[in-house]
Amino acid sequence: MPSPTQGPERVPITGDDDVVRVRQLVRAYAQRMKLSLVDQTKLVTAASELARNTLVYGGGGFALVEEVHDGPRPGVRASFHDDGPGIADLDLALADGWSSGQGLGLGLSGARRLVDKFDLDTEVGRGTVVTVVKWKR
Amino acid sequence: MERVPILKIGDVLLVSIQIDLQDQSVLALQEDLAEKISSTGAHGVVIDISAVEIVDSFIGRMFATIASISRLFDADTVVVGMRPAVAITLVELGLTLDGVRTALDLERGMKILGQLTARRGRDA
Repeated sequence: MPSPTQGPERVPITGDDDVVRVRQLVRAYAQRMKLSLVDQTKLVTAASELARNTLVYGGGGFALVEEVHDGPRPGVRASFHDDGPGIADLDLALADGWSSGQGLGLGLSGARRLVDKFDLDTEVGRGTVVTVVKWKR
Repeated sequence: MERVPILKIGDVLLVSIQIDLQDQSVLALQEDLAEKISSTGAHGVVIDISAVEIVDSFIGRMFATIASISRLFDADTVVVGMRPAVAITLVELGLTLDGVRTALDLERGMKILGQLTARRGRDA
């Protein structure tokens, strides 16, 4: 009998200890969906970058973590929500090495490379939602 | 916030990261290490990350920063014990950790520092 689908679980992101909490929750889901250790590490690393972006650039927000299924294939979806200033120039924000803050400019572009699916929904003055998915191989 | 302890063995400082690092802990460690290198005159720093499950760009940058700071105090830094999954992820993330010396494990890291110190002695 299939176990009931887990999630979404919500983690507020208001301080840098919340970034650690997001990492731990994403790892728990990745383990439950039996992602390989490398894929777990990639997803958790991407989640860490995105949660920090939510905090630093979005002024705080929350993350949602849930399991997803594509037919028989399980995966983990994590989304990061903020009501911050939004991103005016998406191409620039997604370019390697570009940063509006004190980062290395690898946050968005690096996170995108670490996951299977990456969606960015942003509006200047309204906020940003980044959603990522990693599938079990 | 949890602080990462710094141990002194001879003229080497050993940092073994056993906690899930939040950004404040990373910044505190950089400051504590600078303080400790300056007060002890240590010639080497070993950062053991064998228990670290993820290294993101913030933590990765810490290694480079610590290496640069310790160089200003005439000390060398070696990062040891990186897990294979962490290494693969770092490369894909785009972090190359230029200027950061690495070794497979603590033993080899200590050996590298010993060689660097010996070379330093000869040059002096």
